[in-house]
Amino acid sequence: MTLFSRLGPKGTIALAVVAAFLLLAVLAPWLAPFPEQGAGAPNIAEKFLPPMPPHLLGTDHLGRDMLSRVIYGGRVSLSSGLLIVLVSLAVGLPIGMIAGYAGGWWDEALMRLTDVFLAFPALLLAVLMAAALGPGLLNAVLAVAVTWWPWYARMARAEVLTLRSQPYVEAARLMGVSNSRILLRHVLPAALRPLSVQAAMDVGPALLTASALSFLGLGALPPTADWGQIVDAGRKFFPERWWYSVAPGMAIFVLALAFAALGDALRDGEQKDA
Amino acid sequence: MLEIANLSVTLPSRRGPLHVLRRIDLSMAKGQIHGLIGESGCGKTMTAMALLGLLPEGAVVAADRFRFDGDEVAGRVKTLRGRRIALISQDPAAALNPVLTIGRQMDDVIRSHHALPRPERQAKAVDILAATGLPDPQNLLRRYPHQLSGGMQQRVVIAQALATGADFLIADEPTTALDVTVGAQVLRLLRDLVASRGLTVLMITHDMDVVAETCDRATVLYAGISVEEGPVGALLDHPRHPYTQALLAALPDAAPHGARLAAVEGSIPPPTETLPGCAFAARCPHATAACAAPPPLRNAGGQSWSCHLELP
Amino acid sequence: MGLGRYLLRRLALSALVVLGVTFLVFVAAQVVPSDPAALYAGPRPTAAQIEKARAELHLDAPLPERFASFAVAMASGDFGVSYKSRRPIAQDLRAYLPATLELAAVSTLLALIIGIPAGAMSAARRGSWFDRAGGFGAIAAVAMPTFFLAMLLQAIFAQSLGLLPLSGRLSREIAISAPLETVTGFTLIDAVLAGRFDVLRDAAAHLILPALTLAAYPAGIAMRLTRSAMIEILGRRHILAVRALGLSPARILFGHALPNAICPALTILGLSFAYALTGAVLVEIIFAWPGLGRYVSEAVLSKDFPVIAAATFVVTLCYVAMNLVLDLVQALLDPRVALQ
Repeated sequence: MTLFSRLGPKGTIALAVVAAFLLLAVLAPWLAPFPEQGAGAPNIAEKFLPPMPPHLLGTDHLGRDMLSRVIYGGRVSLSSGLLIVLVSLAVGLPIGMIAGYAGGWWDEALMRLTDVFLAFPALLLAVLMAAALGPGLLNAVLAVAVTWWPWYARMARAEVLTLRSQPYVEAARLMGVSNSRILLRHVLPAALRPLSVQAAMDVGPALLTASALSFLGLGALPPTADWGQIVDAGRKFFPERWWYSVAPGMAIFVLALAFAALGDALRDGEQKDA
Repeated sequence: MLEIANLSVTLPSRRGPLHVLRRIDLSMAKGQIHGLIGESGCGKTMTAMALLGLLPEGAVVAADRFRFDGDEVAGRVKTLRGRRIALISQDPAAALNPVLTIGRQMDDVIRSHHALPRPERQAKAVDILAATGLPDPQNLLRRYPHQLSGGMQQRVVIAQALATGADFLIADEPTTALDVTVGAQVLRLLRDLVASRGLTVLMITHDMDVVAETCDRATVLYAGISVEEGPVGALLDHPRHPYTQALLAALPDAAPHGARLAAVEGSIPPPTETLPGCAFAARCPHATAACAAPPPLRNAGGQSWSCHLELP
Repeated sequence: MGLGRYLLRRLALSALVVLGVTFLVFVAAQVVPSDPAALYAGPRPTAAQIEKARAELHLDAPLPERFASFAVAMASGDFGVSYKSRRPIAQDLRAYLPATLELAAVSTLLALIIGIPAGAMSAARRGSWFDRAGGFGAIAAVAMPTFFLAMLLQAIFAQSLGLLPLSGRLSREIAISAPLETVTGFTLIDAVLAGRFDVLRDAAAHLILPALTLAAYPAGIAMRLTRSAMIEILGRRHILAVRALGLSPARILFGHALPNAICPALTILGLSFAYALTGAVLVEIIFAWPGLGRYVSEAVLSKDFPVIAAATFVVTLCYVAMNLVLDLVQALLDPRVALQ
């Protein structure tokens, strides 16, 4: 079965949208119509132009081309979404694997630790952390990851618990293979598959949370553009200069929608396999 | 009461059409208990669903004659369901809603079919529950299904069917989930209700004892085809169709009570197959080359069956 | 495990969680900022002012001792003084918490009222246009950034159509000329208690847009969860049984199938309320809603850590308490939960 028939028409469109956003972000300096403005250079003479060529999405209060700003903002927003998931995975996966494999006291202690983090309303904990760490892209990523890793820890633990009783793992243990080797060679690869599907589905929500932080002024610092931050900057001029906030707002919406649809398609595909 | 001739039901599926019912003939007189016998997958439940108009979506129904109480069923299934025809579900533990009280479940049935004020509906519920032999029905109304024994649950299911006011009941394996003595009590109750209320019952079962004890007549189904029909005494003493014979022969003699249909050698042709000739030919010890053609319908001693074999 | 033991275990777990939460808040508010004393001392402090602040905040005490006194203070409801306004934080919280809870409660209610029936209908008519449109609506509601939705709703219903007030909790005329006596702090309830139906109308009108904004995401989740739960339930034998008894489709769907979905419904309730509590941070600034969320986001901008800590702590307590209650209700309704 090919990837496309697995994803179905909706999933394929979603994948295309995600790919397009990724491409725009990576190739921003070449694809954005006004790269210097996208990177933050002001152009006061042309401020608040409504959408029309050559500024297809209008210009902002400093006369910068909105399309270029949104394309450049995508670099920050997309990478923060991806980083949140990767950092959380990097923290949650080992913790969950240790808890599941070691069992007993370790398991209890680590799982109660996840309970504490999960007991926080996620966005509020992220706000608390971001405020403590100070604004900035990496700090925002860390702040969200703090609320995110326990989910992966729990998933990894559940996977390890089922894998631990598999015959080939038992056999390896009986043959005297070391624990760390069993975890790395046998358990990790098998646990990674379901977790990576989940992680792919989580990029959308991670992106939404990151953009919420940046909307609150806790994300990337100007003049670096970031979608949530641009929406907030445009709020002062909304709805008269509607394009200012609508362009980045729609970008977040469309990308999150594409990730959600892609996630649904992936999950349906897995079910079809089962 | 019920006249069905050459009923067929076909379901669409990814692997092509499924012939779940191929040729069903069934006629029942008022006040009778009629058994519908066969192995699982032979079309017993599907026949009931066709009567209730609850076939899966996309089902294609065809029949030479399909009449209930003298009128064609087609187009008025919904007005029959619950009003004239009601189902006594199998496995009462699963057939009752676990989160609603017995009173609520009785009341929902009654108010769906009778425009009565609340106190009268409740009185009716109590009367019907009492009629099914349940002790202290007033108190029962506040109970949940899991607080009752299997036999009591089955009586509640019967009471629900009675509460609709229907005069034709379809009992789908009513004793399968119960132990033997409780099952016998439930069967006695059904017989009494038929006598006292003038009901007609289609009894779906794979238990020959149930047929012998309760039914007046019975029809044997095989692969969606009614292969033999007749009065129960004659059917059990002188089975004519080789399949009926095989079924009865497969009963262990040592355990005549509570005996179930033991598997007959071989398996039922899958519903994906079209069967132009005799459906049982592949498993029949008497099969000949003639069996590739549709078998003729034969009659003798009140029994009718379709088979190429001359009477032995 | 019996119900009693389950209850005990669940209570102990909640206590542990509250302790952990206190510790995290302590670390974020008292340890991480480069120098809390400098923040406390105000803008451009002198070295002497910072030293004085350090003593006042007991920052010179060893960490365990500081944590202990912090925990005791939190437990006794003494949240300290705001760096910025120098007002006792507890007093502010008393004013702002009811506003946030009111908004959260109404938006949760909206999410359930929209999401659960829509999910049930989708399940009953699988593959229909309603199911498809609902499916898209649900996924769109989940993907919509809350703050952007808030701005769009404001632009459409307040600024363009003028149907609803733009922001705030009550109209200025009412707040100034005929203020409402605060009894519970919940405007809707206070208005009813005072018999002021003009205020009730005004307060409800102000609530609609922020509550709708906060309801969108949980309504989408509710719809999807209800749909999948109901598809499973509708396939159960007792549903076939009542169909075979001639009950109407509506009565079967809402009277017989939906009551079986009580567990997913409680999960949805918890999710919605939690989302509303945190989403308040975003929505309250946009709608100028005088609640905890706005209080926190303003504190974030002025680095007012005691305020952020106290608000986080209080909201988290609400959240833990709600989860505890929901788990217990679920265990009571369905004893299998306690057995896990």
